[in-house]
Amino acid sequence: MEYLLDGWGITLATFSPLVGVAIMLLIPREREDQHRMVALVTSLWVAFVGLLLLFWFDLDATGRLQYVVDEMWIDVIRSRYMVGIDGMSLPLILLTMLIVPLCIIYSWDHFPEPRNPKAFLILILILETGMIGTFVAQDMVLFFVFFEIVLLPMFFMIAVWGGPNRRYASLKFFLFTLFGSALMLVSFLALFFLTGAESFVFAEIADNVLSHGVSRTAQLWIFGGMFLGFGIKVPMFPFHTWLPDAHTEAPTVGSVILAAVLLKLGTYGFIRVAIPILPEAAVEWAPWIGLLAVVGIIYGALGCLAQTDMKRLIAFSSVAHMGFVMLAIATLTDFGINAAIMGMVAHGLITGMLFFLAGSIKERYHTLEISRLGGLLVQAPRMGWIFGICAMASLGLPGLAGFWGEFPAILSAYSPANGLPVETFRTFMVIAALGTVLAAGYLLWLLQRVAFGSPPDEFAENPDIVDVTRHEWLAWAPILAFIVAIGIYPNLVFRVTDGAVDASLNTCLKVNVVELSAAEIEALGCADVYDIGGGDEHAAVGG
Amino acid sequence: MTDLLVLAAGGAVDLPLGITEGGNWFLRNAWLIPLLPALSFVVILFFGKRMPRGGSELGIAVLGIAFVLALLTGAAWIGHRDNYHGDEIHRAVVVVDDGGHSGADAADHGSGGGHAEQSLAVVNTVTWFQAGGVEFSVGTLVDGPAVMMLIVVTLVSLLVHVYSTEYIQDDRRYTHFFAFLSLFSASMLMLVISENTLQLLTSWELVGVCSFVLIGHWWEEKPNSDAALKAFLTNRVGDMGLIVGVSILFFSVGSALPDRFGSFSIAETNALASAGMLPQTALLVAACCLMAAVMSKSGQFFLHTWLPDAMAGPTPVSALIHAATMVVAGVYMIARLYGVFFEGLSIGGSSINLMAVIGGITTLVGACLAFVQRDIKKVLAYSTISQLGYMVMALGVGAWTAAMFHLFTHAFFKACLFLGSGSAAHAVHGFDMKSDMGGLRKVMPHTYRTFVIASIALAGLPPFAGFWSKDEILVGTGGWGLFGGTGGNGAYTLMLVMGMVTAALTAAYMTRCVYLTFFGEFRGHGEPHESGRRITVPLWILAGLAVGAGLLNMPSGFQLAPGSMQERFGHVVEPVAGYFPVISHAGPSWSLAIASTLVVLTGFAVAGWYYFVRVEAASAAAGRSLTELPDGPTSRYALARMGHTFLVNKYYLDHLYTGIVAGGTKGPVAAAAYRFDQRVIDRGVDLVGETAVSAGRAVYDKVDQMVVDGVVNASGRVALDTGGKLRKIQSGRIQDYAAILFAAATVLAGILIVIV
Amino acid sequence: MFLNQFLLLSAALFAIGVYGVLARRNGVLVLMSIELILNAVNINLVAFAAFGNSLAGEVFTLFVIAIAAAEVGVGLAMVLLLYRNARNIDLSRIDLMRG
Repeated sequence: MEYLLDGWGITLATFSPLVGVAIMLLIPREREDQHRMVALVTSLWVAFVGLLLLFWFDLDATGRLQYVVDEMWIDVIRSRYMVGIDGMSLPLILLTMLIVPLCIIYSWDHFPEPRNPKAFLILILILETGMIGTFVAQDMVLFFVFFEIVLLPMFFMIAVWGGPNRRYASLKFFLFTLFGSALMLVSFLALFFLTGAESFVFAEIADNVLSHGVSRTAQLWIFGGMFLGFGIKVPMFPFHTWLPDAHTEAPTVGSVILAAVLLKLGTYGFIRVAIPILPEAAVEWAPWIGLLAVVGIIYGALGCLAQTDMKRLIAFSSVAHMGFVMLAIATLTDFGINAAIMGMVAHGLITGMLFFLAGSIKERYHTLEISRLGGLLVQAPRMGWIFGICAMASLGLPGLAGFWGEFPAILSAYSPANGLPVETFRTFMVIAALGTVLAAGYLLWLLQRVAFGSPPDEFAENPDIVDVTRHEWLAWAPILAFIVAIGIYPNLVFRVTDGAVDASLNTCLKVNVVELSAAEIEALGCADVYDIGGGDEHAAVGG
Repeated sequence: MTDLLVLAAGGAVDLPLGITEGGNWFLRNAWLIPLLPALSFVVILFFGKRMPRGGSELGIAVLGIAFVLALLTGAAWIGHRDNYHGDEIHRAVVVVDDGGHSGADAADHGSGGGHAEQSLAVVNTVTWFQAGGVEFSVGTLVDGPAVMMLIVVTLVSLLVHVYSTEYIQDDRRYTHFFAFLSLFSASMLMLVISENTLQLLTSWELVGVCSFVLIGHWWEEKPNSDAALKAFLTNRVGDMGLIVGVSILFFSVGSALPDRFGSFSIAETNALASAGMLPQTALLVAACCLMAAVMSKSGQFFLHTWLPDAMAGPTPVSALIHAATMVVAGVYMIARLYGVFFEGLSIGGSSINLMAVIGGITTLVGACLAFVQRDIKKVLAYSTISQLGYMVMALGVGAWTAAMFHLFTHAFFKACLFLGSGSAAHAVHGFDMKSDMGGLRKVMPHTYRTFVIASIALAGLPPFAGFWSKDEILVGTGGWGLFGGTGGNGAYTLMLVMGMVTAALTAAYMTRCVYLTFFGEFRGHGEPHESGRRITVPLWILAGLAVGAGLLNMPSGFQLAPGSMQERFGHVVEPVAGYFPVISHAGPSWSLAIASTLVVLTGFAVAGWYYFVRVEAASAAAGRSLTELPDGPTSRYALARMGHTFLVNKYYLDHLYTGIVAGGTKGPVAAAAYRFDQRVIDRGVDLVGETAVSAGRAVYDKVDQMVVDGVVNASGRVALDTGGKLRKIQSGRIQDYAAILFAAATVLAGILIVIV
Repeated sequence: MFLNQFLLLSAALFAIGVYGVLARRNGVLVLMSIELILNAVNINLVAFAAFGNSLAGEVFTLFVIAIAAAEVGVGLAMVLLLYRNARNIDLSRIDLMRG
């Protein structure tokens, strides 16, 4: 089994959705039941493969790439098919594998207009391949290909199944992201040619950057290109405007996938590609990234406060939350990047869930105008409760997942990596902390307007407004369970990421932990009471 | 970060933390106490509706068990405190030798220095998660204050549970109410035994969210959900301080311990701070940040405005959360991290410090506001603010034990007052003292008696509980030194004056409150009657504690008490260990006790004269029950009127926060930001798009269509034109062709002739 | 006898023929004019042959007479067809080949 996984596991997980797509293409469009079944079975199969991968994943060596496959892919351009999983990508892969089946279950019997489940489900499955592929790719060209594969299905999803302004939104999404990707591709090519590497594999390029001494200016420019490519996807502050439009117009499931996974492609790009390959440039850029991140936090929050549309508000909150993630990344400490991955997972679950809720509310009330809603807790108490929990999770309540993305991010900003301006980052920290207040402000305001109070007259007797349905329960329960589970025991994620982050950073940056060798401790004359381990060595000395 | 850390050769010392992992089973397993209510929360939430009594029976049972466990833990602690001399945990610290503080200094400060006896806290931890190569633990730190709080919280919570079964009997969200009471108890209990600041922060916010849910219990009405929102948001402002403060401490400890990245451990933080091994600046900033959290959670001026509004929740909630337990979390947090505050704010230095000032102002501000309230719960809410100010002030002047003792006694008599007010309001279906109440003395004897007892305890007449704790605080200010008092950590004369004034004010407003509620004639509607036993029994228990709790800590020089009773509370609760700063204690002062008693009596006398003599007489004259003099000072003097208006408007702070800060952020600022987003950034994006489109159009129109396509078209057109012209030749008539043939032949012939 | 007398006669005949071809509208007359042109050529050929002591001219003339006969045959057939289709033989009204 392990052997099989080693050679085939990742490939199987990545391309199984395409097999599903092929089968669905053979089924006539009218057989909706079969389409749904095929799509669901495919996505569950992928999730199952993911579980197998998790099961045989060596948690004691999360820093090492596992299940690696390394084959020549396109010889002419020296691109390799190299895939692998380490602790940084595993949580995001599992997140993707979780969200996709839930999206399929959610849309089981209410596909957005103009229906056509066949096309819709095919697009979702193609998206899944693209997303998983991006997270497992270890070669720049491969990474880029998967990164771009994601674009088209999402474009069609918004453009075909979207709201009234869908053409504008989809085109904006597509062009904006494509613009970034183009610069990213240029950066990749520049790296390849400047380093004279033998292949596009990340690790090799990173080694060659070190050994070939790419000039500092070149590094800065290349990082800038990647920054634009990934930053637009995140999205960071001045490049965020595609997001509210895309979210507002996208169908519910599209919004969920967009928020839960697609945005993470950007942040993942930073921690997987940009920083490990160009650490020196990262140090130069970090204060600016941090600045844009905190501006995004405050700015996104203010944007939320000004919204009148629930879905748009949630979309803007993504800008603020991804600001926390980017701030954590900008610290360039292992602590911060752990927080960032946690923040990605938490945001994926929570905001995905919020978009599900917004979709269901829209279905019942046929509007998301906040001023027209109210009394959800009266008419659909369970849904109101879930909404309350998600709002609390989103504003970073301890005990729910959001806190572990937010608080460590703030904490890490107090002490950024060596070479970064400490005072600047501490200012960022305080501003980010202010962002938590604003987050509470807009989310509770939203909660109050939507869930509390009595139902407005126009909806009071509406029979459409029912409580959570069976499909919704099926789709939501796992997400809610994970929100609570991670909130109570954050080690579910940190355990996986920590080693990988540590390894990734240690190879490129000498981070700020002061390491004392045993000899030094001896020299200080206190070896017997010196507590080398960490917090829990009391027993060794005291008990 | 690391540049703060300079490793010097030598200079290593042992810094005793004063903690142990051993001890009695109850001390080691205190985590059971918060775990039980947490489980009951889950069970009630999911299955409560199916239980015969809607889940309340489970809540009561669990809290009963928790209370028993807390008592047993308390007993175990007393034994441990007096007898246990197990191995202490030391943590070696490498001291910065070339800086301001020397190793010897630290050694003096930490391990030696008058710690003749020690009370080793029992600490047990397990790993919670690891990030950045650092392991973060979760665990329990059981010591005097923790044990004290465990008992107080479980007891009050238990009584409130019992009380609630009657008070909200037919509520539609009965089960949810009890579920969240359980969750609140769990969070609060976890807060008090938190081993580290991260855990503290977690439970701190959890109690906040329980408060939010319970204030907004009747969320159908907008004012209630507004109050809940206000409470949560104000607390969130403070939490910002907490987050920053905790972060600063985390890294400060990390930089002092060379092998560590950082530490949340309360014991380590306190020990290092007390030993003077953390940089003063960091401590000062951290203390100020944490003060912001205290100000919001414990209702200190100027973040107190949420607390009166929080009375929108059910009365049992007000009693449990907004009087007895949650609001003292801030006070408790100061007490927990006292080393940080003590060093950071230089409390021992007798110079005016932030904490004492905020506490002092709060205590006065709250007391003044209590005079102008019509709602009985708001009187008590402002009274709570005032008393919390007292505690913070006490901590600010270094009277740690006095503050804890006041917290202890206040929990009982204030819970009693709140539950009493709830009992009265339950009977008359309203909270307004002036329009709904009056004359309840006759119909509600139990409520009346317990309320009066608790009021006297609050005002602080001997031998009621409030007297002992208040007196200790006044002594602790050290300000009485001028008049023969002794000792203390400094001479805070200003705080002494503030405390005295507040004592008089407290007596006066409680007299007003009691008069308006229980005396005069009934002004409301319906037939009020005494509440049932599930309400009166908790009232009497709390009233009994309001009388007796003060006897636990009679001053050492108090001859009337047996020796074993003297300073019993302080002995048990106050830590004497490495993780706690060395504080000095003021000796008792007969003269101060008498003076403060006189002040309180003056307060009673003035208010009593006004209400029981003047208003009573005016009522008799008017023939109906009045609530104030028709020609009182506010109608006679402009200044008094202005003051009254100022107070009625709550110093205009609400206008500032709700109207200007919150309204401004939500309104103009957010709108401006969004407009900026839409008009500038998004417009920019659109502009780029539009420019691209128009550039494309220009290229298409001008270049493609005119030049490139023009050439193509032109060639075609030329061909066409030529063809058009030439086709005329082809007329179809043979003779035309023949003519051309001959013409051509002629021409050719001509050419032939010319050439040849 | 001089050569140029023959040539003048031939030129005159040729000119008359050309005139007939270009100016007459009647298809039969045009054919007859073509015959005139061909005979003008024949006169030239015979004259040059007689003055140049060569038989080639006479031989060519025989060929021309044969071709002319064939030509007239074909031409008259066409005129007849023309007439059958268009009910006249006015060449100026026949412009089916107009471009």
